[in-house]
Amino acid sequence: MSSTTQTSGGAAPGVERPRRQVRKMPTKQLLGLAGILGFLVTWELIPRLGLIDARYLPPASEVIAALVVDFGLTAFWVSVGETMKAWFLGLIIAVSLAVLAGFIIGSSNFLRQATNSTVEFLRPIPSVALIPLAVLLFGVKIESSLMLITYAAFWQVLIQVLYGVADVDMVANNTAKTYGLGRMARIRYVVFPTALPYLMTGVRLAATVALVLAITAELVIGSPGLGREIALAQSGGAISGMYALVLATGLIGVAINVLMRFIEKKTLSWHSSVRSEVIV
Amino acid sequence: MKVLKTLGYILGLPVLLVLIWWASTLGKPNFFVPTPASLVGTFGEVWFGERFFTDVLPSVGRLLVGVVAAIIIGVVGGVLIGSITWLRALLEPTLEFFRSVPPPVLVPVLMLLMGITDSMKVVVIISGCVWPVLLNTIEGVRAVDPVLSDSTHTYGISGWARVRYLVLPSASPQILAGVRQSLSLGLILMVISEMFASSSGLGFTIVQFQRSFAIPEMWSGIVVLGLLGVGMSFIFQWAERNILRWYHGQKEVENAA
Repeated sequence: MSSTTQTSGGAAPGVERPRRQVRKMPTKQLLGLAGILGFLVTWELIPRLGLIDARYLPPASEVIAALVVDFGLTAFWVSVGETMKAWFLGLIIAVSLAVLAGFIIGSSNFLRQATNSTVEFLRPIPSVALIPLAVLLFGVKIESSLMLITYAAFWQVLIQVLYGVADVDMVANNTAKTYGLGRMARIRYVVFPTALPYLMTGVRLAATVALVLAITAELVIGSPGLGREIALAQSGGAISGMYALVLATGLIGVAINVLMRFIEKKTLSWHSSVRSEVIV
Repeated sequence: MKVLKTLGYILGLPVLLVLIWWASTLGKPNFFVPTPASLVGTFGEVWFGERFFTDVLPSVGRLLVGVVAAIIIGVVGGVLIGSITWLRALLEPTLEFFRSVPPPVLVPVLMLLMGITDSMKVVVIISGCVWPVLLNTIEGVRAVDPVLSDSTHTYGISGWARVRYLVLPSASPQILAGVRQSLSLGLILMVISEMFASSSGLGFTIVQFQRSFAIPEMWSGIVVLGLLGVGMSFIFQWAERNILRWYHGQKEVENAA
């Protein structure tokens, strides 16, 4: 979270900032760029010097060239689309289910206590354990991916929503009651704003997990998407192509992180944790 | 009475769920869902015996070696990178990228580089689990209280003593948050590396059952993975409570004030 502010602070025109800091920011970014370049050069040199056979680890330039070629292919974008579709649908289903369940369970002390043991037991079950079941039920269709993604992402969000609902300030809640706010109104104006920061943390974590599971399902089960393309490229001996696809999944991961942090910042712009960061 | 009530809360819902499961499989047998009794029977048959030593123990061993190595690498690297400002600025964007690569795609890559061996599976687990620990340690080291940091400087505490008594304790809540993420990631990677490329291990066995339509056996494998996950989460919670006792105590005092 704090790193977000730093980068955005660097991008914003430093009008009110003291001069020393304005000069400092570009150095940091230059160093970061140097780090990336250094990594790429090392990668380029390892196969060129013969430390690892170029058949197994092609030099960086070749892989990046393959990635650029991929960018021009429709098939590549279709795969990306399939992966993102599974990611998005799975995430949406998981978040809506978890929010619904979280608010229902969280609003009643009895339900919270009664479900605690079951939640604590089901949550750590690795969703990959469900892969055989998904294959059996749905085969290589997108439903398999959705099942895994939803299971994995659901618990991340549910736990956060439960924490959030439990965090409601009793004084605020009683005040709302005294002013005659009904149950729905209290949920809307007291519980929901309290739980929102927790919910957004949960969604951010769930978004990462959902991508991991989407790729996993494609890789292991063979449902259409980038993961399957990677497995195909590997077994077909298209090594540069495989590394290029791996790079592409990394870029998607970065994009999802940036997107989620942006959404979190926008939806919580009123919240003190975000506001104080902006001021400092 | 109070104990009874707690017990009721803990067992009530699970018992109810098992009853529903039992009742729904009572009538016509469903191909995909075994009855509770047959699952328990198969579970004992399949997993208590030779398979425990040939499949379960090696898998768990690989998982432990991988996770422990990832934690050590992550913490040592994190303390190093977190304490040196220019090094952090140099490496952070690259590390962020590596963290964003979904770890399962490393399975085919490492298969290519190392072949299908036990050490390949361990390296898969390490290279997936190291990022949450590493990046959280960097964050934790960076967020060390500046007053405490200055005090240790003033008292001439430096080198290993500074790391041991200032940096590690104050970063430990963050480090453990990273460890928690990498534990569940490690379990996932263990299973995937075995499903994708292996002739033994838990993941391989379960897929084998599924391919031969041995449905109760497959379910029993899912249960084993579930128990493994639950067991790891309990051990972690116990360890966290012990390591972070001071931290939780401090939080309670702060919240009470």
